[in-house]
Amino acid sequence: MLKITEGSYAVAEAVKLCRPQVIAAYPITPQTHIVEALAEMVANCEIDGEYITVESEFSALSACLGASAAGSRAYSATTSQGLALMFEVCFNMAGLRLPMVMTIANRALGAPLSIWNDHQDTISLRDSGWFQLYAEDNQEATDLHFIAYKVSEDHNVLLPGMVCFDGFILSHTYEPVDMPVQEEVDGYLPPFTPYHRLDAGDPISMGMYATPEYYMEFRYQIQQAMEQAGKTLVAAGKEFSEHFGRDYGSLVEGYRLDGADTALIAMGSVCGTIKDAVDEMRDAGRKVGLLKLRAFRPFPEREIVAALNNVNTVAVLDKNISLGNSGAAGTEVKAALAGSGITVLDYVIGLGGRDVRKRDIARVVDLAEKGEGDMFYGLRTEVL
Amino acid sequence: MMQVEGKCELFEAGHRACAGCGPALAARLILKAAGENTIVVASTGCMEVFSTPYPETAWGVPWIHSLFENAAAVASGIEAAIKQQGRSEKVICVCGDGATFDIGMLCISGAFERNHDITYICYDNEAYMNTGIQRSGATPLDASTTTSPAGKCSLGNKRPKKDLPRILAAHGAPYVATASISYPADFVKKVERAINTPGACYIQVHAPCCTGWGFDPGQTIAIGKLAIETGLWVNYEMVDGVVAKAKKVRRKPVEEYLKAQKRFQHLFKPTPKTEEIAKIQAMADANATAYNIDIKLKQERQ
Repeated sequence: MLKITEGSYAVAEAVKLCRPQVIAAYPITPQTHIVEALAEMVANCEIDGEYITVESEFSALSACLGASAAGSRAYSATTSQGLALMFEVCFNMAGLRLPMVMTIANRALGAPLSIWNDHQDTISLRDSGWFQLYAEDNQEATDLHFIAYKVSEDHNVLLPGMVCFDGFILSHTYEPVDMPVQEEVDGYLPPFTPYHRLDAGDPISMGMYATPEYYMEFRYQIQQAMEQAGKTLVAAGKEFSEHFGRDYGSLVEGYRLDGADTALIAMGSVCGTIKDAVDEMRDAGRKVGLLKLRAFRPFPEREIVAALNNVNTVAVLDKNISLGNSGAAGTEVKAALAGSGITVLDYVIGLGGRDVRKRDIARVVDLAEKGEGDMFYGLRTEVL
Repeated sequence: MMQVEGKCELFEAGHRACAGCGPALAARLILKAAGENTIVVASTGCMEVFSTPYPETAWGVPWIHSLFENAAAVASGIEAAIKQQGRSEKVICVCGDGATFDIGMLCISGAFERNHDITYICYDNEAYMNTGIQRSGATPLDASTTTSPAGKCSLGNKRPKKDLPRILAAHGAPYVATASISYPADFVKKVERAINTPGACYIQVHAPCCTGWGFDPGQTIAIGKLAIETGLWVNYEMVDGVVAKAKKVRRKPVEEYLKAQKRFQHLFKPTPKTEEIAKIQAMADANATAYNIDIKLKQERQ
């Protein structure tokens, strides 16, 4: 049933339908309404789970790690500085191969202090071993939680996953969302069956120390699991469409790429703006399309190569900057398309909540078609 | 060891601790007391490294190590999970003093304020031993470590040990105790009491480190006893924040404890630092008064 709801509440409702057993979250630095809504659901026994009011995001993720190790479905949500504080635990949890899902309302990192949207927080954790999914709208943000739990807990994957949706632009925006009912979700997402867990009946040691003789093989196996996560995401996305009628059966989504000379690549809510801009440009006779990256980890290299086979120019919009190099997606798309003859240009855009409008998209396309790129787009002139 | 011999061995021999390791003995006694229905959460440190070199483990109970500073938070999540699942295991953190007094304080404070049903045991060897004997918040006054070395202008560690048991008692912990590996029956009893007390309980067990403190590996128990006998370490219990019981001793001068360890040798050589030793003696005297540990002879009482 379609319901007009704020992004945070839609995500909280989705999380409730996933039947989390342990939720740990910290309120600020900063947070969204997700954890408040979940606290209320626990207080009203709508969720049969424990809610731990931790003293920091570092402890939030550490508590989730413990809960997952003990065999419970764990959940947390955070954003920007909070995710940065979780940095060490993120790597550790993936190394321990413990499943969980965490929602990130993407926001900028300080300094200067900014509470507004960009992707610097999650991009900075791209090497942590968590798979990362980016939602375009609140319907997708809702749906990706069911898929993420299914993939994370799959015994061929066993990696934690982040569902990323844009802070404020989605998290605090009201949109119509088709929210499934509990029976439908139960039919899609089975209860968590841990591959191994802390259990006095079957004692194991987790998180041991590995000498150089052993360490690399663990990392190799995480890499293999990440590759498997790509396949499992596709399968789980297809299964989702059979259950719910919305298709997430690919790590990327093409929009009007047929016959396109120039393709834009982006992640998150800006894809909605880009689709409108593409429609207008197409109406004006320009051959422009969009390739949306739904997954950034695992990186959908094969899908990108296949989707952009016939374009001449690619303009990547990065709401992040790997300082000292360029936007993260730009770098990786260039590597994916190396030797293809396609011109790939990167545009760092929309940092710290700077609005990205349809006319900005059109200007990026103009720049790309002139071969001008690899730049910050839309800077105030006084710094130039 | 007589009183605890009958209990099962869940900490296996063959681990890689130094000969004469106090913390290894602590681990063995903790599991004797706790038994099989236990989940251990470890911090990074000596014990974690010597007991779980992949693919070997000394732990006969479920054991997890995540990071240096988050054992109390990981334990919070485990406790919540097993409660939600209706399971009965006891959750015990076993962590070193660096992980407890310094880097893990935030997580510990949170876990104790929330009063999770966990027992947190700090094996206190009074410095970061795993990484080469650096000072921690648990290092006693004047101990020479690699980051508080005694030298021409230094007498070693500049500050006395942080009073962590009282800090955690102030969080409302229902049971807080100090213990020593040199008094195993007492330690085992305290572990049993802590795990059977609902809520977050804390035990700080003195675990001499022959490598870091500089004494013969055969003297570990003797050094632990001397700490008690000089009043520099007091074994006591606090129930709901009130000291309920402290071990009484016929006190010896602190020199006997200090002289036996290399980390305090600069207090005696080349010349005795009488004033400094008097400060340490005053700390022992203050302990004796605070915890009423002196055994008084009949005529003294009159």
